[in-house]
Amino acid sequence: MRSDNRLMRWFHTDTPWVWLNAGAVALCLLTLLGILLLISAQGLAHFWPAGLLQAQVATDSQSRRIIGEVIRHEQVPVLQLQEAGISLDTDQTEVQRTLIRNGNREFSDNDYFWVLESALSDRHYPDHLAVFERARWGRLYGYLRELSEDGALLMRQGPDTDQEALWHEFEQRRQRTEALQREIDRIESNMLGQINRTLEQLRLEQRRLELLGPLQVPQLEALARERADLEQDYHLLQKRLTRLQQQVGRNRFRVEMADGQVLEFAMADVIRAYRPNGMGLSDKLEHFGIKLWEFLSDSPREGNTEGGVFPALFGTVLMVLLMSLLVTPFGVLAAVYLHEYAYQGRLTRLIRIAVNNLAGVPSIVYGIFGLGFFVYFLGGSIDALFFPEVLPAPTFGTGGLLWASATLALLTLPVVIVATEEGLRTIPTSLREGALALGATRAETLWKVVLPMASPAMMTGVILAIARAAGEVAPLMLVGVVKLVPQLPVDGHFPYLHLDQKFMHLGFHIYDVGFHSANTEAAQPLVYATALLLLLVILLLNLSAILMRNHLRARFRTLEPEL
Amino acid sequence: MIRMDTQIPVDPTAASPEPDLPNARLQVRDLSLNYGDSRALSNISLDLPGNRVTAFIGPSGCGKSTLLRCFNRMSELAADCNISGTILLDNEDIYARSVNVAELRRRVGMVFQKPNPFPASVYENVSFGLKIQGIRKKRVVDETVEWALRSAALWDEVKDRLHESALGLSGGQQQRLVIARTIAIRPEVLLLDEPASALDPISTLKIEELIHELKRDFTILIVTHNMQQAARVSDYTAFLHQGRLIEFGETEKLFTRPSRRQTEDYITGRYG
Repeated sequence: MRSDNRLMRWFHTDTPWVWLNAGAVALCLLTLLGILLLISAQGLAHFWPAGLLQAQVATDSQSRRIIGEVIRHEQVPVLQLQEAGISLDTDQTEVQRTLIRNGNREFSDNDYFWVLESALSDRHYPDHLAVFERARWGRLYGYLRELSEDGALLMRQGPDTDQEALWHEFEQRRQRTEALQREIDRIESNMLGQINRTLEQLRLEQRRLELLGPLQVPQLEALARERADLEQDYHLLQKRLTRLQQQVGRNRFRVEMADGQVLEFAMADVIRAYRPNGMGLSDKLEHFGIKLWEFLSDSPREGNTEGGVFPALFGTVLMVLLMSLLVTPFGVLAAVYLHEYAYQGRLTRLIRIAVNNLAGVPSIVYGIFGLGFFVYFLGGSIDALFFPEVLPAPTFGTGGLLWASATLALLTLPVVIVATEEGLRTIPTSLREGALALGATRAETLWKVVLPMASPAMMTGVILAIARAAGEVAPLMLVGVVKLVPQLPVDGHFPYLHLDQKFMHLGFHIYDVGFHSANTEAAQPLVYATALLLLLVILLLNLSAILMRNHLRARFRTLEPEL
Repeated sequence: MIRMDTQIPVDPTAASPEPDLPNARLQVRDLSLNYGDSRALSNISLDLPGNRVTAFIGPSGCGKSTLLRCFNRMSELAADCNISGTILLDNEDIYARSVNVAELRRRVGMVFQKPNPFPASVYENVSFGLKIQGIRKKRVVDETVEWALRSAALWDEVKDRLHESALGLSGGQQQRLVIARTIAIRPEVLLLDEPASALDPISTLKIEELIHELKRDFTILIVTHNMQQAARVSDYTAFLHQGRLIEFGETEKLFTRPSRRQTEDYITGRYG
């Protein structure tokens, strides 16, 4: 009875509430921390060089050699295995199995396979076992055995040549090949690209002239002359390219694979080669850094499951910045009208409620609106007016950077309006009157006194808008985001910023890699890594906006009478 | 003690403008002002002399601030404000259609009850009105700022911190800064709406001295709830009650020999 009383008394003090509230905060923080830790750990582990296992797997009567990366272990019920048709003579209810990443995709059916722990034997991690990351067919695991040039044997591992010398020679030749490859890329994307663009412009020019009226002979001749010049340049470059490609193709190497076969591969295909088992900590750290940088700065390869996410990163940031540029003036102007000029009657109240409700409309609805209004209506009209020569291929009449930014600007407009109005409301009447009494017009008062003081509130609106827009994916799928775009929307060709171009986005990249990739196991770490990157991008965008706001706040500190 | 609900009988001749004022710069003619359905000012007429200080006194809500804000048309900023009658400044109707309100407010400056410097530097505050008028020549602006700050008796205190935030000044300094800001555009009339009510006694004294100084150059209208202040600073006093002008005359006469009962009750402290 007494203890009951004490409990009741304790219950009527503040303490339980403090604990309850503090507990809720702690739970929120822990959940967030947990998510961050999970994403970071899973994402960053992807860049760490995993050890390469070589082992024997016993199947039925014979045993075969396997080589691969151990991905994870798991306990699996025997019953489940038996149902899957695997017979086991064990009296345990659960056995352990291991998931192994199997490279050499062109020779095996599956990239990943499960092996029962009990079937594995003779496990070791040989130092010379190498990983070759290739532009096609994913990773190649095996032992480097021979180097050849123009079909002639150059070096072979044997009694007189040890593995180290062979590897050294391989690395040197690979670097030379890589330099040549870069030269080829440069010619292909820059010079050939330029010629192709000019040819396309000529074609469009001709089409435009045709639309105006029948072509004159001198015009046709001029066009034909230009085209002939370009084609000649094109052939010269093409010849140079062929030569370079031959040079690149000269170097080949042979690798001994898991099953003992020795096969030949082109060195030009190899992007990176390393021997993880022989790496020290510093080598591994360096490799980690290189892989991380590749992730941030390279384009994706192999159906987005290899390589980097740079185009998506670039697209996300550019789209958010464009969105901010679009939404800020519109939101501010609308808020100024609603708060400063509109008659504060029932209609204004109704509009205000409608604006607030717009913030709650599902984003996919905005996507559909963007598709219907911006892309088909506005874009279609722009194409018909300004780009008739390109039709029926659309220029602005299809999803693109501009329409995606505009759609998101529309989506975040309510946030900016509400925040700006809130800011305008906090500006003391005495300051407006002060300016008016000095002979300022209402517009001057607004521009010189009210808006500067409300700018921190506007920034708050923009911060909220960025936070919402950067994480939005659904509407973007309708108005311009695609799975893979080789070119960035910004380049060295007029008009430098290509607003009509489709782009990649980190959020969509996560969705695409996670759900539409043929190879879910390979995609998984990339999904985490991309999610981590998206979080960091949003954080950075917000942080810079917050810093700007603090700067403005310090400048336009609201008037507090110091009496 | 007069009860608040007592109807005050109005003698039509009592509220008529004081005749034979030497140089009436401002003439209020039959001015009435309604906020929606409620009447704030009723049929006020009076002539105000130039280069003099006129004080408006009266109990809270008597309409003295509302009347003051009619002189630079600030009162019409309020929603559903309805004004009839007129005010003449140098025989020009300030409520005429052709009048540019911003222009009028440059001629009739106003200082408010609470100091309201802009969140900017001292210099930017004082030069605000000039910038609005498009005066950008640095030498002219510099000279005007110094002149205005000197006239507001603030120069010595702020000359070393012209480019620091005006919000760092004390309340009394801020109010003098606002006065400097107002006189920097050289208005003809200066409206002071309880300029010292938010200040400590020493700052109040400084403001009162300043009013004495400024009356040489400006026609000053001051609203105050402090009768001693009215007696100290003004040449003429108008007593308002419930939106009506009860009595208007030379300050000395009004405070010593008021001609109306309500005035006497108010200034002797029996009412208000």
